[in-house]
Amino acid sequence: MKIYTAKIDTASALKVVADDMILTTACPTAAGSKMLDGYMSLFESEALTRLKNAGFELCGKTDVGEFAIDLLGETSYNGACTDGEKILNPTAEAVKANEAAIALTLDVNGSVRRAAAQNDLVSIKPTYGTVSRYGTIPVACSGETVSLLASSAGVLKEALDIIAGHDDKDGTSLSEELCASLKKDAPTSPVKRVAYFANMFEGVSECIAQKANAFCEILKKNGIEVVEVEESVIAASRVAWNILMSAELCNNVSRYDGVKYGYRTQNFTNLDELYTNTRTEAFGELLKTAILFGSETLSTDNYFKVYDKALRTRRIIVEAFAKIFESFDAVLMPACSKTEYTTQDIEANKYLAFEENLYTAPASITGLPAVVTGGVQLVGKAFSEKALLDAAEIYEKESK
Amino acid sequence: MRYETVIGLEVHVELATKSKIFCSCSAHSYGSEPNEHVCPACCGMPGMLPVVNKRVVDYGMKAGLMLNCDINRTTTFDKKSYYYPDLPAAYQTTQWFAPVAVNGLVEIETSKGKKNIRIKQIHMEEDAGKLVHDIMEDTTHVDFNRTSVPLIEIVSQPDLSSAEEVEAYLDRLKNLLRYAKVAECEMAHGTMRCDVNLSVRPEGSDKLGVRTEMKNMNSIEAIKRAIDYETARHIDAIENGTEVLVQETRRWDDIKGKSYAMRTKETAGDYRYFPDPNVMPVIIDDDWYEGIKATLPEFPEVKRAKYINEYGLSEYDADRIAQSIALCECFEDACAVSKSAKDAANWMISDVMKTLNNKQMTYDMLTLNGKKLGELILLVTGNKVSRANGKKILVAMFDDETVNPEQYAEENDLILSDNTDLVKKVVGEVIASDPKSVADYKSGKEKALMALFGKCMKELKGNCDPQTLRNILTEEVNKA
Repeated sequence: MKIYTAKIDTASALKVVADDMILTTACPTAAGSKMLDGYMSLFESEALTRLKNAGFELCGKTDVGEFAIDLLGETSYNGACTDGEKILNPTAEAVKANEAAIALTLDVNGSVRRAAAQNDLVSIKPTYGTVSRYGTIPVACSGETVSLLASSAGVLKEALDIIAGHDDKDGTSLSEELCASLKKDAPTSPVKRVAYFANMFEGVSECIAQKANAFCEILKKNGIEVVEVEESVIAASRVAWNILMSAELCNNVSRYDGVKYGYRTQNFTNLDELYTNTRTEAFGELLKTAILFGSETLSTDNYFKVYDKALRTRRIIVEAFAKIFESFDAVLMPACSKTEYTTQDIEANKYLAFEENLYTAPASITGLPAVVTGGVQLVGKAFSEKALLDAAEIYEKESK
Repeated sequence: MRYETVIGLEVHVELATKSKIFCSCSAHSYGSEPNEHVCPACCGMPGMLPVVNKRVVDYGMKAGLMLNCDINRTTTFDKKSYYYPDLPAAYQTTQWFAPVAVNGLVEIETSKGKKNIRIKQIHMEEDAGKLVHDIMEDTTHVDFNRTSVPLIEIVSQPDLSSAEEVEAYLDRLKNLLRYAKVAECEMAHGTMRCDVNLSVRPEGSDKLGVRTEMKNMNSIEAIKRAIDYETARHIDAIENGTEVLVQETRRWDDIKGKSYAMRTKETAGDYRYFPDPNVMPVIIDDDWYEGIKATLPEFPEVKRAKYINEYGLSEYDADRIAQSIALCECFEDACAVSKSAKDAANWMISDVMKTLNNKQMTYDMLTLNGKKLGELILLVTGNKVSRANGKKILVAMFDDETVNPEQYAEENDLILSDNTDLVKKVVGEVIASDPKSVADYKSGKEKALMALFGKCMKELKGNCDPQTLRNILTEEVNKA
């Protein structure tokens, strides 16, 4: 059990902690995997560089689950971080302990959003393409986003102002013009109407439902309209995302083959054995499942039956959100089904992360921005980060 | 029974861009140390993202247009997954779903006449690295210099039917792509490689036979031998049942002159293609498309016809110049300045091309400024510089691109001055020193005058307009 994979002494008052999906030249980046144990990158994440240029100092790296596809980090090769029963998210622990003003993370499968919801923290997953992914461990490139975690929305606004913007080193990076709306001084059109996704709340715990109600009350009190909406298409995000994420993951982690860097098996006599034994020995169970699933979905037999369908589903979901945003500024939905996960939960269901992402997959698959605050999640229109964070600040003020 | 061979080619051509397809490393590593031109991106290290080199798309479009293809205005990149140590990211970025160019046509000419070969598609992709086997140490090293060097793969329809046609087709591709300056296409350098798909069927049949593929052929002669061998093997199998033909990939051993089935393990595999989410679709708008179209050269046969019909060159001369776009450009510029196509062609063929041959340079390597060549021609035709000294100036122009012919002639004392007095003096001396030749000439031996002429020219170190010398000499001899 480990919160930090590395700590760096710094006297600076402005500290940033990065999770172990963010590459840095200051210490190794292992992505929670034995495969990359001790891996030193030759270059640094663009988002981290921008924060450093703005005066932040890196004070350490926090552990992640293997390639960040699990619930909270429990599949790290260092072992799960727990208090005995409850699974803890290392990055959230560092922020709660005030060790850094902000945490820089890679949101692959929603673990940072679940961590924010379960620890009364605030997180922002910006619009896809507004923050460079240069220097992050690639897993599910079509949807993963550099994200931020902090104890208040105000800090996130400051940090987002620094890291958002075009980057020539990332071919999916949007133009400076489009990224400009994330900047501090850009004009904002406030959140006035929120769609409450009633069916998404059906399977959540009483406690999450209460948090959502409290959140709605505060919004209403502040003149924001909250309307209950029945929406049935968006829940398909989960299955589609699991297909896309696993397929891309399978391809992206293929490079870890024992030839160039990272773990290499001692036990081989030919190339096939080098590949097979390296990967068998260094990868964990959840990752192996995702690799096999992803590989299967991309096979010639299944591509059009499975993968292509998932791509089409993605487009239908994007359209469903667009329809909703014709009359609403944001959508309120859970970030997770319960306020904590225990080690027993995982034992009972190894693939819980691929079920709990029912709540995080919609923003991942569409690239829409998502803010988690007050234990719930607001998903907004593209480039509406500031309006979402303004709403989070209203909540913060009123709930104190 | 008579049989016909059905051949389709997949030709890989390395594009001559300065940098690699997704990073800024040099794409040219000929003669470099292993792993000299590599970076974390082309080594497949996690966290680097591909950024498309626009020049590669330019060249891909040019190649497509030269081969009469339709250009896909939205062209996308896909990942092709397989494991091999020379493929650092364990996937190759290529174009599977929407290649840059489709539905082309290439005309070839063989002893049997002209024929059109259809092009199915041209797609852009990245090359893989190279494994270097060290027999002494019994180890294998990997060199990533070639990783991510841009390639196009030109896929033909199965329209070829003989080794002769294949050779004509490859020559034509090479010629057209060199004309567009997008590729070197030199099999010996590995900048052109070829996969041959071949089957045999009874003549006139419309059913295709069992197809075999020979990969990575890298010399025309080997390809021709392999086609002949495979054709004979197929016919033998069909007629005599010597073996059962199966669809497979075969390796051509050019030394043994035989093809061998590769182990299925080397060829089987599902490449699991899917769109690369890190490379946005490339959208070719009208400005881009028209801009590229405007840079395309005339086709070789258009140049040839123009040289014969408009410039008045002989077919032989037109053929010689039209074989390389660099020669064409130099020639046309020289014509524009000198206003004499005949003189320009003469200089091109007897001086420029000869010099390239002597320097063991290909015609495409010509960098001589055609306008300056035109100026040089004007100096000679205007009797300012002798032909012989003109050649000297050309050599200087080859060695140093900044040389200006007129300035060089002045600085090196190569200008024919109006030196009638000097000429008369020299002529007088020569006549006095060779009374025999003078007498011979006077007794009717015309050749004797040439001997005197040569002696005078030698004394004058070539620095005299030949016609002027001839006039003065004739006059003086007759007086003597």
